Amino acid sequence: MMASSDPAVIQTRALSKRYRTVAALTDCTITVPEGRISALIGPNGAGKTTLLRLLAGLARPTGGDIAVLGTAPRPDPAFLAGIGFLAQEIPLYRRMSAADHIRIGAHLNARWDGTSVRQRLEGLGIPLGQAVGTLSGGQRAQLALALTLAKRPRLLLLDEPVAALDPLARRQFLAHLAEAAAGGGLTVLLSSHLLSDLERICDHLVLLAGSRVQLCGDVDALLAEHQILVGPRKDTTAIERDHTLVHAVRTPRQTTLLIRRNGPVIDPAFETADVSLEELVLGYMGQHADGPSPAHLSAIGGDQ
Amino acid sequence: MISFRLDGRSVVPTYLQIVQQVRQALRMGVLDVGDKLPTVREVVAATAVNPNTVLKAYRELERDGLVEPRAGHGTFVVGRPSGPPPGTHSRLARSLAQWVRSAREAGLDDESIESLLRITLRAAAEEETA
Repeated sequence: MMASSDPAVIQTRALSKRYRTVAALTDCTITVPEGRISALIGPNGAGKTTLLRLLAGLARPTGGDIAVLGTAPRPDPAFLAGIGFLAQEIPLYRRMSAADHIRIGAHLNARWDGTSVRQRLEGLGIPLGQAVGTLSGGQRAQLALALTLAKRPRLLLLDEPVAALDPLARRQFLAHLAEAAAGGGLTVLLSSHLLSDLERICDHLVLLAGSRVQLCGDVDALLAEHQILVGPRKDTTAIERDHTLVHAVRTPRQTTLLIRRNGPVIDPAFETADVSLEELVLGYMGQHADGPSPAHLSAIGGDQ
Repeated sequence: MISFRLDGRSVVPTYLQIVQQVRQALRMGVLDVGDKLPTVREVVAATAVNPNTVLKAYRELERDGLVEPRAGHGTFVVGRPSGPPPGTHSRLARSLAQWVRSAREAGLDDESIESLLRITLRAAAEEETA
């Protein structure tokens, strides 16, 4: 049910956040349409957590505009009722049980579906009466997600939710998330420094590097806009004039280019290939990691 | 009911893997007219893929006239892909498996078998057009 006309749930324009002399986020302009599961990807320190905190109203921008669900984020109940935020450090009380958490949630939230949490935990075989501190990391993450979904948020913001989980727990967590999204009316933005964690589940991508947005859009559209060119070592000025060069690998014999296409490529010396999501992300990250001149890079993905 | 095996590393887009697996199940006779496909929710709960990916696959199958959504009940098979009747594929698969066994016994590895198959297909195509 994806359409380019879907209304924006997240919209930022020239958003910036500075902490004293450090720029945590610079000139960030993104749009996440309704119903997307969007991957917020970037190396550690790229500004992912800062962006999520700004969107959740937990920090105030030092420049630019944000609209989340049509309003500026602010720490008041009316705004927060529509947002589910799961921080990197999962906010659970270790000595309390899952059942205790469900009861607390019912007191703190106007809308609250405790039954769904109980059913979900029973389905996963997670004990309701046991202290949360005795559960496994995967079980705690599942509990936190179920609690976050119980308030029926329209936007879910997740900061590195699967980073600490083993592969099976990761898969189960993402399946739980995908199932919640299948119900409709939910938009998700989840961060990770590993694309492979999120590749299957995401249909939208926001790529941050060095506090700036490198890419933002629907995955299918981004892949269609880019292309890999493989050819002999030769002057590529003409290609660079007609298209946007993202990343280049030059060996004495061969040139491999990742370009953002501006119409068809008609140089017969180059073979064209579709770009994979991983190549795309690594190309943009590598471009940033090695400075402003992509032509000097030694390998796709640089030092990733 | 069928379940999908979806490979995120494949060069085939995930939605197309679903489309291909439904078509394949219809050709093999695993699915038939009147059968129900798993719901989007069931597929994503089992595979952790994006719900829109499953919707896109089901819409494509609908466009091809193979399935039809019925409000509140799910998506049902209403047609078969054009081609030989169900069972033909499994019969041919059996004789091909036998051929592969003899090729292995003769010392061919998978790469040589694949290239032999490609060459044979090309030769057959040229014969047809000649």
